[in-house]
Amino acid sequence: MKVGVISFPGSNCDEDALLAVVEHLDEDAVLLWHKDHDLQGADIVILPGGFSYGDYLRAGAIARFSPIMQEVVAHAKRGGPVVGICNGFQIACEAGLLPGALLRNASLQFRSMPVTLRVENTETIFTRAAEPGAHLIMPIAHGDGRYTADEDVLDRLEGDGRIVFRYVDALGAASAAANPNGSMRNIAGVANETGTVVGLMPHPERALEPLLGSTDGLVLFRSLLAGVHA
Amino acid sequence: MTPYRVSVHIVPRKGLLDPQGKAVTDALHTLGFAAVGDVHVGRHLVIETGAADATAAERSVRDMCARLLANPVTEDFEIAAVVAA
Repeated sequence: MKVGVISFPGSNCDEDALLAVVEHLDEDAVLLWHKDHDLQGADIVILPGGFSYGDYLRAGAIARFSPIMQEVVAHAKRGGPVVGICNGFQIACEAGLLPGALLRNASLQFRSMPVTLRVENTETIFTRAAEPGAHLIMPIAHGDGRYTADEDVLDRLEGDGRIVFRYVDALGAASAAANPNGSMRNIAGVANETGTVVGLMPHPERALEPLLGSTDGLVLFRSLLAGVHA
Repeated sequence: MTPYRVSVHIVPRKGLLDPQGKAVTDALHTLGFAAVGDVHVGRHLVIETGAADATAAERSVRDMCARLLANPVTEDFEIAAVVAA
């Protein structure tokens, strides 16, 4: 399996995503520059965190027009797996790969802290190795993470099981106190209709080493392998 | 082609939580501007573009808004002015 991690100007989690694949999955991974025109045979694409193009206009709005994104969108349309993390989630929404948008945190504060996620759907490329309802602890680090969509879109996502992760408290309640950014319905991550494109604001690539406080990101990266080597 | 300057206001969609607007509203109330209702914080863009006439300039900028400048999920836009540059 080969993973392509896209580097945009301003990406700052691309190396971490690359290391997650190479060191923790023992699989092949390559950085793909935003001006590239081909995915170099990547089976899976990761859109990493950061501040692509300085977040100018809106987070993710400009990255969508980079040459490599045309390839990523074509890959996704063919059913190819795409994972968007943090800024990558914002880019995936702007590119129309996922519904909704990520707005300024309700607190107006940049939030850098560990959160607890509940896995709501284990039939996506990024969660299929996880237990349904599992609680995962990993960090967030964003200023624009408030997931927003029309009510009817949210209802449809809910009905189709496309809400993949929710922010919950220690008891598993999707409470306002557990919601770090004011996301509608405590949504931390969503999937496309086929579960092949997944976006989330938290950083699983920063939760792979005990030294960093959590290894709960591993199960998500291992999910990428589940379909390949099963 | 005539050069035009087209001004656009982009504001959060009505009904959506606007924490920046709320923070500014609260600050204005603190300053004593008790009559202030809601404040909406958005972006103001001035686009210099060539067009056959003012109508074409506006149409072009509306298309830009729909495709890039405003996010249709969360933002509304209005053309504030179209002036020959």
